[in-house]
Amino acid sequence: MPDLLIELFSEEIPARMQPRAREDLKRLVTQGLVDRGLTYGAAAAFSTPRRLALAVEGLPAASPRTVEERKGPRTDAPAAAIEGFLRATGLTADQLERRPEKKGEAFFARIERPGRPAAAIVAEVLEDAIRTFPWPKSMRWGAASADPAALRWVRPLQSILCILTTAAGVEVVPLEVGGIAAGAVTRGHRFHAPDAFAVTGFADYATRLRSARVILDPAERAAAITHEAGQTAFARGLEVVPDPALVEEIAGLVEWPVVLMGRIAPEFLHLPPEVLQTSMREHQKFLSVRNPATGRIEGFVTVANIAAADGGAAILNGNARVLAARLSDARFFWDNDLRTVATEGLEGMGRGLAAVTFHNRLGSQADRVARIAGLARTIAPMVGASPDLAAEAARIAKADLRSQMVGEFPELQGIMGRYYALHAGLPPAVADACRDHYRPLGPSDAVPSDPVSVAVALADKLDTLARFWAIGEKPTGSKDPFALRRAGLGVIRLALSNGLRLHLLDLARAAGAAGEAEDLLAFLHDRLKVHLRDQGIRHDVIDACLAMPGNDDLTLLVRRAEALAAFLATDDGENLVQGFRRAANILAQAEARDGVEYSFGADPKFAEDPSESALFAALDAAEAAIAPALSAEDFAAAMRAMAALRGPIDAFFTAVQVNTDNAVVRRNRLNLLHRIRATCLRVADLARLEG
Amino acid sequence: MPDTPRSFQDVILRLQTYWSAQGCAILQPYDMEVGAGTFHPATTLRALGPRAWAAAYVQPSRRPTDGRYGENPNRLQHYYQYQVIIKPSPPDLQDRYLGSLAAIGLDPLLHDIRFVEDDWESPTLGAWGLGWEVWCDGMEVSQYTYFQQVGGHDCRPVSGELTYGLERLAMYVLGADHVMDMPFNDPASPIPLTYGDIFRQTEREYSRHNFDGADTGMLLRHFEDAEAECRRLLSFAATDPKAGNRANVMAHPAYDQCIKASHLFNLLDARGVISVTERQAYIGRVRALAKACADAFVTTEAGGGA
Repeated sequence: MPDLLIELFSEEIPARMQPRAREDLKRLVTQGLVDRGLTYGAAAAFSTPRRLALAVEGLPAASPRTVEERKGPRTDAPAAAIEGFLRATGLTADQLERRPEKKGEAFFARIERPGRPAAAIVAEVLEDAIRTFPWPKSMRWGAASADPAALRWVRPLQSILCILTTAAGVEVVPLEVGGIAAGAVTRGHRFHAPDAFAVTGFADYATRLRSARVILDPAERAAAITHEAGQTAFARGLEVVPDPALVEEIAGLVEWPVVLMGRIAPEFLHLPPEVLQTSMREHQKFLSVRNPATGRIEGFVTVANIAAADGGAAILNGNARVLAARLSDARFFWDNDLRTVATEGLEGMGRGLAAVTFHNRLGSQADRVARIAGLARTIAPMVGASPDLAAEAARIAKADLRSQMVGEFPELQGIMGRYYALHAGLPPAVADACRDHYRPLGPSDAVPSDPVSVAVALADKLDTLARFWAIGEKPTGSKDPFALRRAGLGVIRLALSNGLRLHLLDLARAAGAAGEAEDLLAFLHDRLKVHLRDQGIRHDVIDACLAMPGNDDLTLLVRRAEALAAFLATDDGENLVQGFRRAANILAQAEARDGVEYSFGADPKFAEDPSESALFAALDAAEAAIAPALSAEDFAAAMRAMAALRGPIDAFFTAVQVNTDNAVVRRNRLNLLHRIRATCLRVADLARLEG
Repeated sequence: MPDTPRSFQDVILRLQTYWSAQGCAILQPYDMEVGAGTFHPATTLRALGPRAWAAAYVQPSRRPTDGRYGENPNRLQHYYQYQVIIKPSPPDLQDRYLGSLAAIGLDPLLHDIRFVEDDWESPTLGAWGLGWEVWCDGMEVSQYTYFQQVGGHDCRPVSGELTYGLERLAMYVLGADHVMDMPFNDPASPIPLTYGDIFRQTEREYSRHNFDGADTGMLLRHFEDAEAECRRLLSFAATDPKAGNRANVMAHPAYDQCIKASHLFNLLDARGVISVTERQAYIGRVRALAKACADAFVTTEAGGGA
């Protein structure tokens, strides 16, 4: 059983593309092998900045022989048709078999294909994989790039290693792509061990690479970085702020990780931690190091790709200087921004928003801020916030977009606003709103709960939604350039997680949706369905509740849907729905036939059967319980009361025939069915439930 | 030469010597105001067409919005780039590049040199490429790009382009914390000069000029003029009666006007008179000129079209 080893050696592959590339290489090659009859035992893919590797264990030495039988034309078909069949099958006339068929005699071809050696199949599969590799972006290079059909790769591909290893030895797979012939040779670390060396199989490859200062497995590099960084920090009484995503990225930037730790110069320690972390993480790919005693970020970890002769002193010194230059910039912006806040306040800082276009049909950012402030004032009483505070918060919440710090580090929007608001002596609730009114930013982002933040966050999102709706810029298909779906989900999560009782239709109109308010509500209902489906609530359950009045109050809507879902999960609920459906069907047929609506009210005096009288009593009791439960919005109690109808309805249908000959009794029973339907429909539109 | 450079000009001279030894034609800076070394026609235009090319040069570059009155340790509105362009990109370009770092005293077993993804795009030139920013101990010291498209044309073949930010690189090599303190000539010279001795005055003056002085009305007019002149030059018939009726397209003179328009746009931007929405429109207008010049260049002899 041969084992296969592939290495595609190139100039530096972007770190963010490596995880996907590993998966793609594994998928393309293993699928290609299996499609061509080569099964395998196990496969694993690896990457470093300069190589993509794949090890496949336990391939057969050749693909199995296959036999295919193909039906051809009738034996009396024109000669041209028969010749065509011979060409297609590669057989001669005497090799065809004649067999009787329903419509006469036909030719049959038996095509035998011998197995092919694994090396030939691997060559074909790998060439295909390289030529069709789904890099997010790929390029041409060198002299070959004069030809438009030149090989494309993520960065110049330098060599291909492709070998099959058996007990008998190593076989280089005969393959040439874009002028590069496959071999058994690779290279070590760019600086520590640049010479080429041959390998005999995967184990040998991994071992030799390690001696050549390359750790092949990215997971091992990441683990080494985490471990070393933790140890180094711990030795100095500090701790590394966990950041697995950054560690994974760093692991994609180095073949031989060497952890170095440095301190942040004292003159920068007063900067907000987010500023320090942004400079370090986004720009330098440093891990942050915290002092557990103070909670302050005081140091950094950088990961070098070499074991430097001086122990990393020059590298650390250089990195510290680069960080100091960045933090000097940040401190300069911070000082300038604080000066602006001290002299002109946040409103002064935000004055320039008038010159920033939000959207050419929706005015400037300043226009938008004014609208949001008005809307926040309207919303405030509905969410328990002071209208003055909410309006004040909205007016300054976007002022930091004009700060120097956010100009340089856009990812700090809102976060800087909060610091500047605190420096301006504004109430903490107002300051928090600067940061939190952007939230929630996605399905898993935290939802603000402070009333002032909630008011501004809602106003911000509703203004965006309503205004874009009003100018006809709605999301379509995959196009949502203004992130309106995210804004919609934001409104939903703000309402639900805070249990807000909002009339979104009114608010959409107040936010300027004008004639599009109903359509915007329908959009929010669609987003709500997606949101609830993720939480396991069936779409027909939501539909049954959407059909009820007050459906622009999402909190009420969801309470009803949750109660209904819980009710349907019970035996009583399931059976009651059956009973309801039966009642509604009989009634609908009768109403259609008779051309009347049986809504005159049933009279217990025409009840003939005890089950009928019992149903009257049960309906009286249920109605008496449902009405107060509904006004108290206690949907569970309303559903319980409805559930009590199950027994009487079942007994009624068992004992009596609705469509009896006695017209009076029949009419009364139909009116009784109408009462069942009406009673149930007060709770939810059960007709919309799927059977 | 000692192992490590002693001055800014020493860094430049070493790069010149190195790339000369690598077979590049050492060109002189282009005699116009440009935002980056890429704008030099030796890069922008010569990256087009099938003819082999290898050039290296220093290019003074201007970024009016980066003026800081000579105060900021790292930012300048006028600075120098070192530019290398080789077509087609040689297979060992990375090694050759690393050799240039060694030539200025950066030992890759002492310093952490990394190729970090950075896809280059110039919206004004209608150009893009893939490559990296090169980090030395966490600092970006060069931009390394394989040009894929320039002026809207696919590069066939692809050029390899290296751009070194000379001040930043030299400051690092020389251990200077503030650009103005960096020795320009050898500190042991009879008259030692720092970068600040030479450029502090101009940085102050041009910062004021860029942010407050430049006449925006005039800049807008000149932008329109440059745009019109570029179009006008390209609208001439290809055949030139004074050159024996052979084709003689004025691709380079037209491209000069494109460069002018680009710099005028940068100045207008620094003066803060271009709104966010207008910005895209201006960039689009410069790009249209760059594309028209590229279209013209590829019909010329140097562009491989004649």
